[in-house]
Amino acid sequence: MGLMQLFKFKGGVKPATNKAQSVTLPIAKAPLPSVVAVPLHQSIGGTPRPLVQVGDKVLKGQMIGEADGWISAAVHAPTSGTVREVGMYAAAHPSGLLTDCVVIEPDGEDRWIERQRVDYKALPPEQVRELLRDMGVVGLGGAVFPSHAKTQASRSVPMEELVINGAECEPYITCDDLLMRERAAEVVKGIAIFRDLLQPKKVLIGIEDNKPEAAAAMAEAVKAAGEDFQVVSVPTLYPAGGAKQLIRVLTGKEVPANKRSTDMGVQCFNVATAYTAWRALGHGEPVISRLVTLTGNVAEPRNYEVLIGTPMDELLAIAGPKPDTDGIIMGGPMMGFLVPEAKAPVVKATNCLIAHSPALFPPKAPEMPCIRCGACAQACPHELQPFQMYWFARAKNFGKTQEYNIFDCIECGCCSFVCPSRIPLVQYFRFAKSEIWARERDKKAADGAKTRFEFKQHRDEREKQEKAEKLAKAAAAQAAKKAAEAAAAAASEGAPAEVAAPAAPLATGPGDTPAGPAAAPLSPEEAAAAAKKAAIEAAMARAKALRTQTQPQNTDNLTPAQQQEVADIEARRARLREIAKTELVHADAPPAATAPAAPAAPADNSDTSEK
Amino acid sequence: MEFSTSPYLLKDTSVRRVMTQVLLALVPGIIAYVLLIGPGILAQLAIATLTALAAEAAMLRLRDKPLALFLGDGSAVVTAWLVALTFPPVAPWWLTVVGVLFAIIIAKHLYGGLGQNPFNPAMIAFAVCIVSFPALMSQWPGAGSHLAPGQQFDWIFGLTPRLDGMTSATPLDALKTALRADEGHSGPLPFLAGNAQAVIALCYLAGGLFLVWRKVITWHIPTAFLGAMGLLAGLLWLWQPAGFANPVFHLLGGGAMLGAFFIATDPVSGATTPRGKLIFAAGVGLLAYIIRVFGGYPDGIAFAVLIMNICVPLIDMTTQPKVFGMKDQ
Amino acid sequence: MLIAIAIMALGAVVLGAALGFASVKFKVEGDPLVDKIEAILPQTQCGQCGYPGCKPYAEAIAKGEADINLCPPGGAEGVGKLADLLGREAKPLDGVEKPPQVALIDENTCIGCTLCIQACPVDAIVGAAKQMHTIVESLCTGCELCLPPCPVECITMEPIQETVDTWKWKYPVVELKRVA
Ligand code: SF4
Ligand code: SF4
Ligand code: SF4
Ligand code: SF4
Repeated sequence: MGLMQLFKFKGGVKPATNKAQSVTLPIAKAPLPSVVAVPLHQSIGGTPRPLVQVGDKVLKGQMIGEADGWISAAVHAPTSGTVREVGMYAAAHPSGLLTDCVVIEPDGEDRWIERQRVDYKALPPEQVRELLRDMGVVGLGGAVFPSHAKTQASRSVPMEELVINGAECEPYITCDDLLMRERAAEVVKGIAIFRDLLQPKKVLIGIEDNKPEAAAAMAEAVKAAGEDFQVVSVPTLYPAGGAKQLIRVLTGKEVPANKRSTDMGVQCFNVATAYTAWRALGHGEPVISRLVTLTGNVAEPRNYEVLIGTPMDELLAIAGPKPDTDGIIMGGPMMGFLVPEAKAPVVKATNCLIAHSPALFPPKAPEMPCIRCGACAQACPHELQPFQMYWFARAKNFGKTQEYNIFDCIECGCCSFVCPSRIPLVQYFRFAKSEIWARERDKKAADGAKTRFEFKQHRDEREKQEKAEKLAKAAAAQAAKKAAEAAAAAASEGAPAEVAAPAAPLATGPGDTPAGPAAAPLSPEEAAAAAKKAAIEAAMARAKALRTQTQPQNTDNLTPAQQQEVADIEARRARLREIAKTELVHADAPPAATAPAAPAAPADNSDTSEK
Repeated sequence: MEFSTSPYLLKDTSVRRVMTQVLLALVPGIIAYVLLIGPGILAQLAIATLTALAAEAAMLRLRDKPLALFLGDGSAVVTAWLVALTFPPVAPWWLTVVGVLFAIIIAKHLYGGLGQNPFNPAMIAFAVCIVSFPALMSQWPGAGSHLAPGQQFDWIFGLTPRLDGMTSATPLDALKTALRADEGHSGPLPFLAGNAQAVIALCYLAGGLFLVWRKVITWHIPTAFLGAMGLLAGLLWLWQPAGFANPVFHLLGGGAMLGAFFIATDPVSGATTPRGKLIFAAGVGLLAYIIRVFGGYPDGIAFAVLIMNICVPLIDMTTQPKVFGMKDQ
Repeated sequence: MLIAIAIMALGAVVLGAALGFASVKFKVEGDPLVDKIEAILPQTQCGQCGYPGCKPYAEAIAKGEADINLCPPGGAEGVGKLADLLGREAKPLDGVEKPPQVALIDENTCIGCTLCIQACPVDAIVGAAKQMHTIVESLCTGCELCLPPCPVECITMEPIQETVDTWKWKYPVVELKRVA
């Protein structure tokens, strides 16, 4: 145990540790449960995709949920058996709601899949990380963050220290203590894996000074392994086992809420995480079990190696809960929660189950008004002003709570612990945080709905316009076609009287080409001035016919109002025609130029009647 | 099982316990008071306590709050004791009653009760009474004079007509008058030796240190209060020893010690951040000195505290400490 | 006496000028009122307020044409926020507040008529002619506008279930009264 300078974090409290009860007996293996329910979502990040179906036979250690993305970790069958259900099952969560689980009925054989040890040193680091992810290695201190994602040093800041967290500051919990006492060698091997991935300058193992046996065992194992890790005794002060607090104590660095610890050249892993990392790589065993302290109001407090997915009530029964037990606390008494559903399964985050009884945890005294004594602020390890946040959280003024940095709060419970007015401060903060998250979700959904609504409106608008345009075009085309037909008819009727010869080619021509001028190029082929004249005349006739022909077509079944409208338009048009005529007389343009202009009128007209 | 959340372990503490410790810390001062000035103060304390509890109970009933819980929290008793200890020991009983009623009903409950009052209730009572009854509030037994208990009770309960000549002004007042009369002033020790006020102040100091040790209060407020007052007094005294009393006189005279450890430290109406506490208390110390030396009232603690109470929201807002990890950003 | 009045008057003038200056100098440039109102509305776009969408309703409120308590999806909380923003008295909601819900298409009954797609104001329904349609749950605002057009009545509204991810910590119960 090296002598080194330690730092202090502000605040902190010293609750009675209550650890002695559960360290007297060595770790025992919990018997195979009657059923295991493995929640798919056990770590921060994406929910693993289920790989099995109802009725499938699975082997111990078989992957049953595959990591969904990089920040995610696989889950595995804790024992061999048959999949009974893939669906909703009670969650180890304060809400008591259901969550996606794979429920397996053990066959009692506990048969392993083929386990493969890997020599991780021979593999590229990328592959080691993938392996850790697929073995389901996550932070077992309680945060359950996928460990492989924490083994990447920052690009710009060199890794200085790797902090290994064996502080275990929460009262009652002793699973890390026992792990270090009994399996120190493997913990050290696991630490070496993280060391090799991160390449820090030094490795510091922080252990609270109320666990001298664990510290001695670790120091021994470090020496035996020939490593240069430093085992450091840190003062017992809750929450010294918080990652940020331990980093502060050992390195003097304060990792702010908005930064990753690797950005400050430091990273932190729990001892149990290191142990599972070694079991995963060195033995090919995925994370399917963990150490759980059974303590509190029980006859025989002890640490057990427990399969993930074991129902909590079944597990606690092993330790012999006393008759006045009225609940199970998962985790420690400072940060844990009362499990609303006793059959909820043990998950990777379950480090301790405490049998709750009114004698052990007396009901809370009624909440009194805050007297602004400041005790909470003095106790807060994150140097927040809990009474200010409380004030605003109580008034549901969430914006203000954020101004007072509510998201820096780690919910350690120190403030509630010391408050003389017995205010459940942390619950106010949890309430405020989840309200803020919900509001952000709602806001995002509302914004999305708004953009989609606006887009839809815009699209509808555009579609309407396009439709109108299309309609107008179609109508115009139709009108022109009809005009052409009419003209052709007029030509074939009227032309023989004036010009007989060109009538024949013209009769076919306008059928294909709607406009009059198209007929003009045909006439030079006849090479006759008369023909040309005839063509012009025909075009004029067509135009005239068009005018006379189309009108009756559009005035079928008109309402009086429409007729009135049509009459108005006709009157206007007649006036325009007068103007056009006088202008045309003066203009040099050939008379045929009036032809293309003609279809516009009926098109206009048809629109009017359609409306 | 009812819905409850972590932490399930709680420290063995309560508002009542905090208040009890404050009361306990006042005991040495009270004993000295009784021995040196007379047992009249016990009657005052009793009157104040009963009045406070009655007023508190009535207000809680009116406001439809749980009686047992709040009556037992001890905050009303602390207010009552502070009123009694800051009022002259020979004040008539009704003056104490008026003061306490004012403190509990107007300064505390009309603002929302425990934890809500922006002003220190005991100091509101003091300020109101000294403005309303300046003569009665300025009559202190002469320095070093031990009063006969019977006579003291007579005065308190108004059995015999008060004789103006029997009481004199406070030492501070006496000093002020003396300085104005250009009589000069001797060194600190002779003053201390025969002066009951100073001995009582030292007892308050001991009680205050007990509170700091028990972590009921932090060191910030007393230190800044006494530091600021002592510094200003010292500078002026060094500059003109004949015109100003020495700093020890100021720190041990009047209500300085009581103010530094028991009044300015009232958490509800005071600043709460560490830096805020320093600013708040230094402000109280300086203002108290200025009012007591240059103002028209015998002591300035009450007005100084009330003035600084007004500034508390501003002080707190501008002195928010940096949170973990944000210190160099 | 006169001097006192003069001093007071002078003080009033000086302070008034300072306040006026400050209000001009430190004027808060905010969103126009309509945007602020719209930010409060839930964007369900259901039309229950009598306006074709949240924005028209926001505009109507801003113009003073519409009351602030017409939006049922916004609930009493929404009315309260509008009242705060506009400095008006909060009123009881004109309508019934429903728990949040989403629409669900019975995929066996759907005939693929696309009518619901056209009705959905927020494009939460996917499908094509003669194909089975389905509702993207995360996009559905629960406005119920798709219910009436469906010729085979295969769309139903389902209340949104709380999940572990959307669960919220409850407001601590203040138990003062119980002790008395
Ligand atoms: S400890 Fe409790 S009473 Fe004291 S300031 Fe904090 S919240 Fe208020
Ligand atoms: S729970 Fe939050 S506010 Fe309370 S002491 Fe812990 S970090 Fe500070
Ligand atoms: S009732 Fe509310 S949600 Fe529906 S359209 Fe009107 S403002 Fe939008
Ligand atoms: S799917 Fe139906 S209920 Fe949902 S948003 Fe669209 S129209 Fe409204």
